[in-house]
Amino acid sequence: MSLWEYANPVKFLGLSERLLPWLWALAAVCLLVGLTWGFFLTPDDFRQGSTVKIIYLHVPSALMAINAWFMMLVASLIWIVRRHHVSALAARAAAPVGIVMTLIALLTGAIWGQPMWGTYWAWDPRLTSFLILFLFYLGYVALWEAIEDPDTAADLTSILCLVGSVFAVLSRYAVNFWNQGLHQGASLSLDKEENVADVFYFPLLVCIAGFVLLFLALVLYRTGTEIRVRRTAALRARAARIVAPEGGLDA
Amino acid sequence: MPDLGKYADAVLSAYAVSILLLVAIVGLSVWRGRRVRAALRDVEAQQDG
Repeated sequence: MSLWEYANPVKFLGLSERLLPWLWALAAVCLLVGLTWGFFLTPDDFRQGSTVKIIYLHVPSALMAINAWFMMLVASLIWIVRRHHVSALAARAAAPVGIVMTLIALLTGAIWGQPMWGTYWAWDPRLTSFLILFLFYLGYVALWEAIEDPDTAADLTSILCLVGSVFAVLSRYAVNFWNQGLHQGASLSLDKEENVADVFYFPLLVCIAGFVLLFLALVLYRTGTEIRVRRTAALRARAARIVAPEGGLDA
Repeated sequence: MPDLGKYADAVLSAYAVSILLLVAIVGLSVWRGRRVRAALRDVEAQQDG
């Protein structure tokens, strides 16, 4: 069995129909458990007080905002190299989910920043690169909507996705590159000293799992929708050709 | 409800806005998905009929 089998829309839809109930259910359970654990059962931080509870939304959404773009990048590369329509549609389906994840990260970051930094926004390297990533998401969706021919739209949005990947990388590593700005270093680290305390870490992991599963469920479901939109358009076009006499409707 | 102290507004608004956005993307995706499925069923029924 090869992964490329699922480039066939029928096989892809069959697989997603089987996986989706599990993904929706697991995402709901992880989010419910993780957020309830984090909000109700974890203590305040000695410096940040109760605002530390925002970490359970801010970190997973920021992680998914960047990883959604990388998923779109992989799907775009598959489209460019192998011309599999399902991969182009999967990239298209992921973009609005990425927008929501980026928006949650930006808004929760601003809400968290006000009491901690004294400002909602600063032109800090990580914040700025994240804002640019958000604008790239908007541009990507706008480009898909603006071009009528689906293959041309897939080509051009794939190129945009390649360019935007620079900002996705910057969003992740800006703190390391510039080592300045208000934003702290990564909350999650393999270094025990740098990683958040276990009492915050375990509910955070459950929330991250919830966001990842929700992202997967949404992308599979939305890709299925895009495939059905294409199929509907193709059937309508075929019906129009059968109904119209040779030479078109005006002949 | 835990005692959120002087940061209650910040914490609650962060949760409210995030949950609202998550519910919105799920709701819109499912709504559009159902509409598209119905449209495809109609077109397929017309072709078969």
